[in-house]
Amino acid sequence: MSAHIPTKKFLVTVWVSLICLTVLTAAVSYLELGPFNIVLALVIATCKMLLVALFFMGVKYISDKMTIVVIVAGLFWLFILLALSMTDYVSRPWV
Amino acid sequence: MADSPPAIATHNPDLQHHFATMEQQTEAAVMGMWVFLITEIMFFGGMFAGYMIYRFMYYQAWLEGSQHMDFWWGTINTVVLLCSSLTMAAAVRATQLGLRKSTVTLLGITILFGLAFLGIKAIEYYGHIVTDHQFPGPGFRFEGANPSQVEMFFSFYFAMTGFHALHMLIGVGLVAFIAYHAWKGRYGAHYYTPVENVGLYWHFVDIIWIYLYPLFYLISHIHRK
Repeated sequence: MSAHIPTKKFLVTVWVSLICLTVLTAAVSYLELGPFNIVLALVIATCKMLLVALFFMGVKYISDKMTIVVIVAGLFWLFILLALSMTDYVSRPWV
Repeated sequence: MADSPPAIATHNPDLQHHFATMEQQTEAAVMGMWVFLITEIMFFGGMFAGYMIYRFMYYQAWLEGSQHMDFWWGTINTVVLLCSSLTMAAAVRATQLGLRKSTVTLLGITILFGLAFLGIKAIEYYGHIVTDHQFPGPGFRFEGANPSQVEMFFSFYFAMTGFHALHMLIGVGLVAFIAYHAWKGRYGAHYYTPVENVGLYWHFVDIIWIYLYPLFYLISHIHRK
């Protein structure tokens, strides 16, 4: 892995974006959107997660494919846990 | 007689004998760290799944509970953690460039942000437990509908933020350990894997909070505090 060294300016840009998204998510949490308050908040949280993972954790610059496989497998496992658990609870009233 | 192999002369002292090159060693270490972080996703994932199921079943109680979160402390703590992630990322960069003093300073600031986070969390816990009697158990008090369901909300709140705070505490210890060795001149452009991996852990714990913040503080548009 040839080391990727980010510039100072780039790191600060990522951080400013993260702070702006935090201010945004705090501000829109005052809107009365009913069940969509949490949907909007989670969409913004996922944007923040991607900024941290891709640039601070350097996922974007990982050259070793096996490491990418590990990360994708972990996220896919989380998807199975959350999605298949919910199919049970959501479908119970249908019977 | 004592002809040493030419490789010895250029051998990096930080290269373990079971790796062929530094690149291979770093790749293996970083992948190992990611495998560990996946086990952490599994650990927190169980609690996130439990949260989701009860949020689905106790919809109204979750809104009630969320209205009793300290909205401003939670928001400030999110900003504090994001700042600590910036200084951590900058510390890894400084190590890669062999800037010893900057590395130690940036790691020190990261520790201070981490401690600030834990201090604010302690203020919040004090308010919930001592002032408002919201810790689940025999002492739990809640005026309103479905107190037992709101109690479940607070069980998730204390379990998830508590385990997150424990991870922060461990993270502060790890950063202090790395800062000490960085100060001793252990790391540099030739070898910085430990700094990189502690950085990965720190950012991971930050990501957990990025999700805990909306799930506990932002699900209701009413903020009582």
